[in-house]
Amino acid sequence: MIAIIDYGAGNTASVANAIEEIGEKFEITNREGKICKADKIIFPGVGEASSAVRKLHMLNLINLLRILNRPLLGICLGMQIFCNRLIEGNVSGLGIIDIDTEKFKSANVKVPQMGWNRVQVERENPLFSGIESGEYFYFANSFYVPLNKYTIATSEYDVNFSSAVNKNNFFGVQFHPEKSGKNGILLLRNFIERC
Amino acid sequence: MLAKRIIPCLDVKDGRVVKGINFINLKDAGSAIELAERYSDEGADELVFLDITATQEKRNILIDLVKQVAKVIRIPFTVGGGIKSSDEIDEILKAGADKVSLNSSIVKTPGLIDEASKRFGSQAIVAAIDVKKSGDNYKVYVEGGRKETSLDGLSWCIEVCERGAGEILLTWMDKDGTRSGYDLEFLKKLGEEVTIPIIASGGAGNMMHFYEAFHKAETDACLAAGLFHYGEMKIGDLKSFLINKGIEIRL
Repeated sequence: MIAIIDYGAGNTASVANAIEEIGEKFEITNREGKICKADKIIFPGVGEASSAVRKLHMLNLINLLRILNRPLLGICLGMQIFCNRLIEGNVSGLGIIDIDTEKFKSANVKVPQMGWNRVQVERENPLFSGIESGEYFYFANSFYVPLNKYTIATSEYDVNFSSAVNKNNFFGVQFHPEKSGKNGILLLRNFIERC
Repeated sequence: MLAKRIIPCLDVKDGRVVKGINFINLKDAGSAIELAERYSDEGADELVFLDITATQEKRNILIDLVKQVAKVIRIPFTVGGGIKSSDEIDEILKAGADKVSLNSSIVKTPGLIDEASKRFGSQAIVAAIDVKKSGDNYKVYVEGGRKETSLDGLSWCIEVCERGAGEILLTWMDKDGTRSGYDLEFLKKLGEEVTIPIIASGGAGNMMHFYEAFHKAETDACLAAGLFHYGEMKIGDLKSFLINKGIEIRL
């Protein structure tokens, strides 16, 4: 059973549709008991950071997310919330990765980054099993996680940033696998079957 | 860097596609789902659905369509057509759309851009702007190009950007359907003035027109309807052409 964390994230329905296509059983939930019992957890995320974090506090999910030991995949804002601090709205994240998010500079590039960008796989990881380095995935973000020791894949947009991270059971992708065609479905399948 | 995007646009009425229904080999030519799947398979980077239904039940039919499309399509899609409030946007996004495009409603209530981009994030809000040339400048039109406003095209584009829109979908009403190419001069000028991505629409007649928009005017995406619908141009062929010309394109 896959738990998709329900906290009002904009891409929840699309993530659920993708998991359904893969044929895996899932539940969209914010109940502690259900999340703890799930084999895998998906933490979606689209929207504004400070209101998302506020919602997680209201649902009492912040501490639970920190201590989970089952594999968890954070998507887009879900991955950014792994950080210490999110500069969008200046709020504290989960502190799983000891770094703060940054914003693309509109003096250099169009912000938000909207569209398909190449993802370079920098370190072998089950998440990218069968996916070649340099494939396109769909991004929609103004903020990013800088390179750090948990970066497993990078993309370039103004700067080189983390397009995927992995620390212990925490996996994160900045792009939207649920909107990235066949490669995206393969990545979600890898998370479910191999991580 | 980001790939340049090719976006087919589907006009839907009462849940059915009304333009571009002479595709061959379709089981149900008016099925939005089947056309969407077909474009997605051919390599479309995104899809836009423009709802032109005028009836009272409009919203329910549209929501139902969005839900069905979201079930089968694994690329981003935008929904537009008569969306007036933040709550309507919420409903459409929850049904599975990635973005909404707003046109007449933001001319009437510009604050809707600020409100919606704060609530849903800029990436979900596309400002659709229809312009017609008026002397050396451009005037903004609303209600499907029927009504002229007092807004200047370039100033309005800058304003929607400042208010928090995530993208501009710019349509030249007088170019639409003419197949004479995009207005490169205006596109280039606009690209220098705004800091958000621009989708150019209206006027493309051949592959060179797309190339010029990407290469000369540095636009981020091109949207077309009739050209793809009537099978005159295949998305795959267009993409190969652009790659051969050195444009960054996703295959």
